[in-house]
Amino acid sequence: MNAIAPLTTPAVSVDIQGVNVSYGDNHVLKNVDLAIKSGEFFAFLGPSGCGKTTLLRLIAGFNQADSGSVLIGGKDISGLPPWKRDVGMVFQSYALWPHMTVARNVAFGLEERGVARDEVRRRVALALDLVGLGHLAERRPSQLSGGQQQRVAVARTVAIEPKVLLLDEPLSNLDAKMRAQVRRELRELQQRLGLTTIFVTHDQEEANTICDRIAVMNDGVIQQVGTPMELYERPANLFVANFLGTANIMAGKIVGTGRDRRFEIEGGMQIHVAETSGVPDRAKLVFRPQHARLSPAGGPSQASFSLTCDIIGREFLGSSIRYFARAGATEVAVDMPFQSSRQLFEPGTAAMLNLDYSSVLWLAE
Amino acid sequence: MTAIPIAPLPRARRLSATPGQIALALAIAAFLLLFLGLPVGTVLYVGFTEKGTGSFTLVNFYDFVRTELFMRSLWNSFYVSAMSVVWASVFALPLAYLTTRFVFRGAALVQTLGFLPLIMPPFVGAVAMQLFFGRNGSINLLLDDWCGLKIGFMEGLNGVIFVQSVHYFPFILINLSAALRNIDRAMEEAAQNLGSSGFRLFRRIVFPLALPGYLAGASLVFVKVFDDLATPLLLNVKDMLAPQAYLRVTSIGIADPMGYVISVVLIVASVTAMWLSARALKGRDYATTQRGGGGLARRIMTPWEAVLGYGVVILILALVLAPHLALLLLSFATIWSFSPLPDAFTLAHYARVFGESSLYIKNTLIYATLAGGIDIVLGVAIAYLVLRTKLVGREWLDWAASAALAIPGVVLGIGYLRAFYGVTLPDGTPLASLWITIVLALAIRRLPYALRACSAALQQISVSLEEAAENLGATKARTVRRIVVPLMAGGILAGFVTSFSTAAVELSATLMLVQSNSDAPLAYGLYVFMQSAAGRGPGAALGVVAVLLVALCTVLSHLIIERSQKAKGMGH
Repeated sequence: MNAIAPLTTPAVSVDIQGVNVSYGDNHVLKNVDLAIKSGEFFAFLGPSGCGKTTLLRLIAGFNQADSGSVLIGGKDISGLPPWKRDVGMVFQSYALWPHMTVARNVAFGLEERGVARDEVRRRVALALDLVGLGHLAERRPSQLSGGQQQRVAVARTVAIEPKVLLLDEPLSNLDAKMRAQVRRELRELQQRLGLTTIFVTHDQEEANTICDRIAVMNDGVIQQVGTPMELYERPANLFVANFLGTANIMAGKIVGTGRDRRFEIEGGMQIHVAETSGVPDRAKLVFRPQHARLSPAGGPSQASFSLTCDIIGREFLGSSIRYFARAGATEVAVDMPFQSSRQLFEPGTAAMLNLDYSSVLWLAE
Repeated sequence: MTAIPIAPLPRARRLSATPGQIALALAIAAFLLLFLGLPVGTVLYVGFTEKGTGSFTLVNFYDFVRTELFMRSLWNSFYVSAMSVVWASVFALPLAYLTTRFVFRGAALVQTLGFLPLIMPPFVGAVAMQLFFGRNGSINLLLDDWCGLKIGFMEGLNGVIFVQSVHYFPFILINLSAALRNIDRAMEEAAQNLGSSGFRLFRRIVFPLALPGYLAGASLVFVKVFDDLATPLLLNVKDMLAPQAYLRVTSIGIADPMGYVISVVLIVASVTAMWLSARALKGRDYATTQRGGGGLARRIMTPWEAVLGYGVVILILALVLAPHLALLLLSFATIWSFSPLPDAFTLAHYARVFGESSLYIKNTLIYATLAGGIDIVLGVAIAYLVLRTKLVGREWLDWAASAALAIPGVVLGIGYLRAFYGVTLPDGTPLASLWITIVLALAIRRLPYALRACSAALQQISVSLEEAAENLGATKARTVRRIVVPLMAGGILAGFVTSFSTAAVELSATLMLVQSNSDAPLAYGLYVFMQSAAGRGPGAALGVVAVLLVALCTVLSHLIIERSQKAKGMGH
């Protein structure tokens, strides 16, 4: 089965060191440092305009850095033109050449490398089999579906046995159903080839489902690097908390000192936060919808602290119900498991919002 | 319940159009049949029948093949067309490539100047070019002074090739530039990513992707040159097909079959060239700019490349703009002969053109306005029938109207003469000698342009806008009048201007159809003036008028299209 693997070149690491890129006054990448381990499936995740594609194109050699360097397998490749870098890139638009058949597209990179004709034919067949498109070799790209085109683009890139595989939003031109399937295929292929892979996306679900580690980017700066679960459980800042999953963020200020130190939420309610608790002086209270519980107003507190709130709406999500409630000046979302339609909180009524110290975060502004 | 009538239903579906639409379609079909089908049919009929008896024969074609002059003319026409394509490519390739794929200062200016030759009728350019490049033109006089040699730019077939390639290269420039601009940078980057660069990248990716655009332009140049009558005639080159057809009919008479045989050959060559290019282009819509693509990749030139690039561009522009300068000089010149520049300058030629010869201008304005008017009425009607109704056979109207593209002007002229000469009006004058025939021929010749403009305009209008009107109670006819036509106005106007301006300088068909000087349009007057040395000054002045007229129209149609696109900002 592993006809094309193991690769002739072993997986390598990618290091980005102190990279700055600007277009005129627009500082697109600011002091970016990253260490991507060999064989890792790594994602650049962030909203559009955050610099993730610029960083990817920098590795491929299509952008130049003002300062800093890119190392592949420990060797600085900053000075090499794109065609000497051996980093395979799958383009967002696939960029299949319409004047060539599928097989010719896949053969291109091998021909450019002067590989003997028989060997080209053999490796084209292998690459196409790898993505399950051997039977479509003589078709034109325009005769293929979006998912098939995407797979041809992948085959074309892995055929040259690149040191690193770069994927630029490879799923964005596919419909939702295809996307789930193709991302599993990509993961499987990456595992089989053991290839260091960098994946650019703005979709946290894509990154979470297939990547080993993620670098969350915003405004040209790496916000945090970690595994998907680390990022979700311990976001380093408000941006990461907000960008990955739903987060409730309550603003407020610290009042009092010593044992009487409290966090006053906008709107007046207060929570005890002793100086020993490690809550910083300027911070916001952050929690996930599933980490809060609602209980009937006036009942006993069931947690570390409870806030009164007004239910303003609810959405039935099947296994759970998402309530929207106003606590002080903030609107929050709370997920409650769905048990029975007889035990619901009605919009327009009051309730208690219960939170535990262990499941909330205090993030500096 | 059994009383429900079922019979009317299938019938309604079969007709699938209102009586008004059917009447309109029939009227258009009749017009096309009468003024396009009949003349061309007549030419074919005469070409394939025996003179006198009317029985089918191929003997005329046998005579054609046996006659050395005709075979030489055929070869010459082919050679001149092919070489014109080659030279037009030589002019167009650097301009297109440099201005689209590089950071090139003045790229917009170059593209605009590259258009200029199109607004000058080629036969006007022919005279002007003699003055600069002829045996005793400015360039050769200077060359003779400095190096003691002369170059035969304008000798015989070379002259035709030179004039035609300078005139028609914009067709290649426009199409090739568009094709180059449509190549997404990801196409190139993907190749670079896989290890390709430099000339290999150009040869394997950029050139093949731009090839369809190039072929579209090149085939157009080929057909236009093959069909052109006036340029070889003015350069006194007679052994080419179109001049031969003209000369046979005008000197031997409209009964001589050879003119028709040559016409058939011209049609076959036109249709073949168009068919070949359509076949080559089939399934090759390579416009690759797409979602997620990075737009166009423009390279920055090294200093040496820049020097070379700008040098080549300036040289080519100087060459293609030379006829305009020469024409302008000539129109103000007293005497210009055997000297690099005219002896002295005068306004007398313009006085003459706007005085006694203003008839030409008046006629031109009348003919071109009428032809343009007919074209947009037909264009709107055909576009509407094709795009908005389910009328059976509606595509045939589109095809028939577009088929005029493949009919050379000289052939249409011969067809009109033959088909309508026998038809006499009550007072005994033959229909073919009336000026209205010229208008009809011009209208038929330019109908494809107007139709394209109208179709494009109608395609951009969402059907839901019309459905909304019908939903609120407007009939089909009122919807067309109140919704469709106002929204199409920009496209219709642009179509009119295109038809008008190209009809104003058309000569191939008019040369056959003008019977008296008082009916002659500007292009014909120009041709007559240019026959004599004394007429060159006024001829050039008339040429300047023609160039200005077309230039004005071109600018106007650009403005109209731009404004209507802006006004439709709601469209996106």
